[in-house]
Formats: sequence, C-alpha cells, structure tokens
Amino acid sequence: MAFEDWEPVIGLEVHCELKTATKLFCGCKTIFGNESNTQVCPVCLGLPGTLPVMNEKAVEYAVKIGLALNCEISKFSKMDRKNYYYPDLPKAYQVSQYDKPLNFNGHLDITTKEGTKRIGVTRAHLEEDAGKLVHQGGKAGRLDSSDYSLADYNRGGIPLVEIVSEPDIRSAEEAHAYLTALRNILLYIDVSDCNMEEGSLRCDANVSVRKKGTEKFGTKAEIKNMNSFKFAKQAMEYEIKRQIALLEKGEKVIQESRLWDVTENKTKPMRSKEEAHDYRYFPEPDLSPIVLPEDYVQKIKASLPELPAAKQARFVAEYGLTAYDAGVLTADQELAHWFEVGAKLTKSPKGFANWMMGDMAAQMKEQEKELKDLKFDQKKLAELVDIIEAGTINSKQAKEVFLELFNNGASPAEVVKSKGMAQVSDPKAIEAAVDKILAENPNVVADYKGGKQGVIGFLVGKVMAASQGKANPKMVNEVLKKKLDA
Amino acid sequence: MALSEKDVQYVAKLSRLEVTDQEVAKYTQQLANILGYVEQLSKLDTSKVEPMAHVLDMKNVFRPDQPAPSLTQKEVLSNGPEIQSGHFKVPKIM
Repeated sequence: MAFEDWEPVIGLEVHCELKTATKLFCGCKTIFGNESNTQVCPVCLGLPGTLPVMNEKAVEYAVKIGLALNCEISKFSKMDRKNYYYPDLPKAYQVSQYDKPLNFNGHLDITTKEGTKRIGVTRAHLEEDAGKLVHQGGKAGRLDSSDYSLADYNRGGIPLVEIVSEPDIRSAEEAHAYLTALRNILLYIDVSDCNMEEGSLRCDANVSVRKKGTEKFGTKAEIKNMNSFKFAKQAMEYEIKRQIALLEKGEKVIQESRLWDVTENKTKPMRSKEEAHDYRYFPEPDLSPIVLPEDYVQKIKASLPELPAAKQARFVAEYGLTAYDAGVLTADQELAHWFEVGAKLTKSPKGFANWMMGDMAAQMKEQEKELKDLKFDQKKLAELVDIIEAGTINSKQAKEVFLELFNNGASPAEVVKSKGMAQVSDPKAIEAAVDKILAENPNVVADYKGGKQGVIGFLVGKVMAASQGKANPKMVNEVLKKKLDA
Repeated sequence: MALSEKDVQYVAKLSRLEVTDQEVAKYTQQLANILGYVEQLSKLDTSKVEPMAHVLDMKNVFRPDQPAPSLTQKEVLSNGPEIQSGHFKVPKIM
C-alpha cells in the first residue's frame, strides 16, 4: 500500500460571527477587543429570571447565508438548548438549533484543478457564541497545563451561523478552495467581517481516510484550532498523512478531537471532557419558534447581490477574460467593482485587467496600499491602457508611465507628451529615417544581401538610435525588411 | 422504563453532582417513580399530533438590532466568587 491508495474524506464546520450591532438575545454590543466583561448583561450572563429575545437582524443574516448557499429555508424553525458544563458558558447551555435548523440541504461550487466540484451544505443554523477563556500558568496559554483560567463573557451571546458541509471534500486543497469560496460569499452578502484573527470566522475539520474504491468511511478525527486558511490546509495535510501512516502500520485511528499546534506543525490529541458528549438537547422554552413567511424569504432573496461565481462567469462572457483572471478579480468584491468601472472606460477590458493584476497589484503589495489609497482612478488607468493598445508607447515606456500614474496620479497622456515618449508611427517619417541609415551603411546592406540576415538587428538599432528611441520598433523592422528584400 | 443505578450515576455526573451510594439507591427509586408516572402519557395515541415546539401558541417574537446598556464591569463581576483583572477566575479546568 502507498499514500496514493488512500482517499481522504473531509467535512468542514465553519462558525461565522454575524456583524449585528447587538448580541443574539440581548442588546449588549458586539464590539471586538473592548475591555473584558463590559458588554455583558443579566441575559447573556444567564442570571435567573431573565428572558432572551431574538435579534431580527440575526435571523435575516442567517437566511441570507442560507439563500447564498442554495439552501432550503425552513418554514418552521426553532431554537434548542445544548447542555454542557464549561466555564465559557455561563448558562451551562448554549442556545443553538438541533432538529429544525433555519437552513438545510444546500451546496457550494468550488473550482479545482479538475474543474468545478459541488460540495453539499448539510445545514446552516443559528446559535450563540460562548465566552472567551484565557488559561493562566503552566505552559503559556495551554489548557492542559494551566493552573486556572480567566473568563470574559463579552463574546458570549454574539450571533453565529454554523455552516456544516457534507463529507464531500477529498483533499486539503479542496478544503482550502471551499473555505475561500465560502468566505468570499459571506463577504459579498455582507453578513460578517470574516476576520479570522479576531475569530469571526472559525473552522473545524472532520478528517478520515479510506482505501480508494471503498464506500465505508474510516474513523474520523476532529481538528480544531485552525485559525487561518493556511493553517487549516497544513493541519489537514498533516492529519491525512498521519492517519494513512497509522493504517499502513496496521494500527487504528482513534476517534478524538485534535488541535493544530502551530509551533510544532502537527496535530495533537486534545485532552478534554472525558465523557461521551451527551448534550440532552431540548426546545428552548424561552424563545418562540421562527416561522418565516414566503414573501419574507423572497424579499431577502431579491436583496442578494450578484454572487462571486455568477460574477466570474459574467466577466468571462462580457469582457473576454479567462476564467482564472475573472476568478482573481471577483475574489474581492471591491476589486471586482473597480475593474468593472474601468472595463467600461477602455477599449481593452482584458488589457485593463492585466494591468490591474500585474503592475498595479505588484505596486500595491510593495507599497502596502489598498484600493482606497490609490492616487488615480479607473479613467486614468484606462487612458494608459488605450495608449498602449494604440501602439503609441512601447512596453518599457508603459511601465515608466504607469509608475508616474501610481506614485503621483499623473495623467498618462500628459506624461507621454511631456516626456516626448510618443512613438513615431508615421510611415513616412520612418521610411525617411530608414533610407538615411541604409545610405550611410552600404557595407551592412551588402552583408544582408549576401545572406547575413542577422545584421538587420544592427540596422534597427541604428534607426532607433537616430530617432532617440521614439520610432515604433515593429514598424522600423517591417520597413527595413521590405526595403532590403526589395 | 427500567431505571438503573448506572443511569443515575451517569446523570449525576453530567450535572456535576456528587452522590453517595446511599443517595444513588434512593434517587434510583424516586426517579423511577417519577418516570413511571409520566410514562402513563405514552399510552396516548399521538400518531396524529404534531410535536409541540413551544407551550404557547406564539411565533417570531423578535427585537430590533438596537444596542441597550450593559452592566458595568463591577456589576458583572459582583457575583463572582473569585475575580482577577476584570475576569471571572475559574479553577483549573482539566
């Protein structure tokens, strides 16, 4: 057996914090990074006698997510209590959804090397976030060696949507593509800031492997603590290899939760609550069921923006971009918008896209600039693209003009003019210059006619030098050839 | 439904309750009685009854997404048996 004989099976659980102003069941604010335990009230602290009330915006955002992921929206949905004791949960239960999730049976299409692949979305349900624990003492920040923990409930009660995929993912690359596509959709529909560093997008992966050609799933491990897409990919790659190595040695995979250890680049078993998870779900008696009328759902559906995949397909059809380029530009809604405004101002949308993804992207990265920091608008870049398309300046000059545009916001047409860059493309002028050089170099002409065709480069150089580099080199070449071969 | 002492010990553990062997025996009896009493309901034919999600006939009780004042940090922590630098201090978890 070898690595290639095994097939990974991956399902992802993504928790997405909604960008509502207040928590799911109370009016406490949801600002990240505020002083500990200052965005807390009797409701989210679980004090006796308090009553939660559902945030209507959270329901709207959750439905938006469901629709964007092609889910069916439940006509009847309800909240349930998931009971467990842990210090990040002041009520000793989390309000979540069990058997009647708001959204179910959806899908998300991802782009892989083999083409488009559909990943099923089992459900996307609404729930509240838990508080944050900071473990003290022992090995820094590690739970298993800490002496005690500090609890901050500012995050407790912030609305989350948990998006659960089907086990349709077959590699770490596919998982990465799924996460990227999902994040992009969530940003497009503007329901979450998807900031992984601040924990507003979190991901767990269920990973198992099975022999190729077999149906039955292997024993899975759940990988947690993957707080960036890069780590998620590394963690899944590691875990797949670890499980294959175990099985090849004739050993077994243990069903357990494992943590990705960033410093050691490996997954490690997570010591946690020993007993089997028994959450004793039951309907939350303090919250009413959610019964969404069809026109409510239709109204939200109509409010959805064009989603990334549709935009990508349209950019290919409308502007003649490759699927890859359209994918790069639509990976960010602002970038896509910037392109589309520019594409309408130039004769060459493809050329415009190339400059955006080439020199412009490179300069933005180098100078750490964002679109909003740019000193020029789409009209000026379109001007440059059209000047280049017209053959007025050569590619080396174009780069120079672009830098003027990027650094100083200078108009490309004016830069070309003030630097006297415009290529001489007047056939008469070029013919005159060529005639002059031919007359001055009879020996070289004789060499050419004698079969040394390579000397044409020398003559092109002479004409270019005589024109101080302004002659259109392509035309010079053509005119020279025509005259020499005559 | 037969309830065993094992069930009682399991439920006690889930609820973080310490129970003595004597109590386990006592609660097994008492809980069995309660469950037996409720068990009578299963004699009813509920095949044509929709499962109930809420005791009251209400739906879509929502509130607008508008901030309301929270408690002060001092108030929040006032019930905590142990506090440290603006946090509740909890014992070693594992």
